Amino acid sequence: MSDIRYQAAATGGTMSAALPAREFHLAHEPHPENGTALGFWLYLMSDCLIFAALFATYGVLGRSYAAGPTGAQLFDLTLVALNTAFLLMSSITFGFAMLSKQRMKVRATLGWLLVTGLFGLCFLALELYEFAHLIHQGAGPQRSAFLSAFFTLVGTHGLHVTFGLIWLVVLMLQISKHGLIRENKRRLMCLSMFWHFLDVVWIGVFTFVYLMGVLQ
Amino acid sequence: MSAQDVHGGAAHGHDDHHHDDGPHSTVSAYIIGFFLSVVLTAIPFWLVMAKVIDDRGTAVLALGSFAVVQILVHMVCFLHMNGKAEGGWTLLSTIFSIVFVAVTIAGTLWVMLHMNTLMMPGHGEHAAAAAERTPAAAETPAARQGYGGAATN
Repeated sequence: MSDIRYQAAATGGTMSAALPAREFHLAHEPHPENGTALGFWLYLMSDCLIFAALFATYGVLGRSYAAGPTGAQLFDLTLVALNTAFLLMSSITFGFAMLSKQRMKVRATLGWLLVTGLFGLCFLALELYEFAHLIHQGAGPQRSAFLSAFFTLVGTHGLHVTFGLIWLVVLMLQISKHGLIRENKRRLMCLSMFWHFLDVVWIGVFTFVYLMGVLQ
Repeated sequence: MSAQDVHGGAAHGHDDHHHDDGPHSTVSAYIIGFFLSVVLTAIPFWLVMAKVIDDRGTAVLALGSFAVVQILVHMVCFLHMNGKAEGGWTLLSTIFSIVFVAVTIAGTLWVMLHMNTLMMPGHGEHAAAAAERTPAAAETPAARQGYGGAATN
């Protein structure tokens, strides 16, 4: 309903919403037809600014070791490579879920979403293992400014993945209950943008934190 | 249920045109994006793990370039970024964000790293060494020992 009224306003304003909807479809007005995608994209861009602030903080404090352990001593690149692989795999499987959605195949969509969720879970488990290992070594967030910045940046990304996983599970329930209705397709599109965005942020994390941290 | 009913009639035209499910994705875009990403991830990891580049500056530049290229690949192949989506507003907001992110990160590093040099002469670069000399940092050796016990050496 609100869609129709919006189109009426865009066509010239003088027409009233009481006119039949068909009239408005004949006139192809050059207004954005998909407000949700743009709105969600703007949210992602604002999220990008949070990460920019955290990356900048890490850039300033990343070498303030307080005579404690350095990145080169702490980071296990094999673990990071595995984590990167998990996230990349989850990106492509989410892509397959989107393709199944386009063909309106509910079971295939749910299956690919499940695979995506499992990869996401593996990523989180490995990250939590890494964090626990660091804290056990005495390299917790309170050890040095470098480690505070590290835990904040990587932890914020991990928190995003956690909420993405919760969203994924809820959406899987929605799809299995209501099928691929218009609302669920829209939600799926938003989650796919969110998920791919997290992968983009991870590129920054593994490059600037892990790989450059090991370089010395 | 009520939402379905409302959209059932008048909004059918929308479903036909894919108005609300985002851009039309293709298998090839995802496959190409995936393989490019694998390559663009594997090379930087190999560069660092096999210690291919000795000079730190060159290595940082190479790693940064790979990251930028991979981010572009993700934007185009996975996030379906182009100049036409949403009448160009997606691209415009992205460019704005990139400028903002660049100013935030570059500006912060510029100001903060210079502040270290200018306001703490003799301490900025050697803060770690200074901390070891001060008696006030008595907890440092103990904490370091705690770390050293579990370290690889």
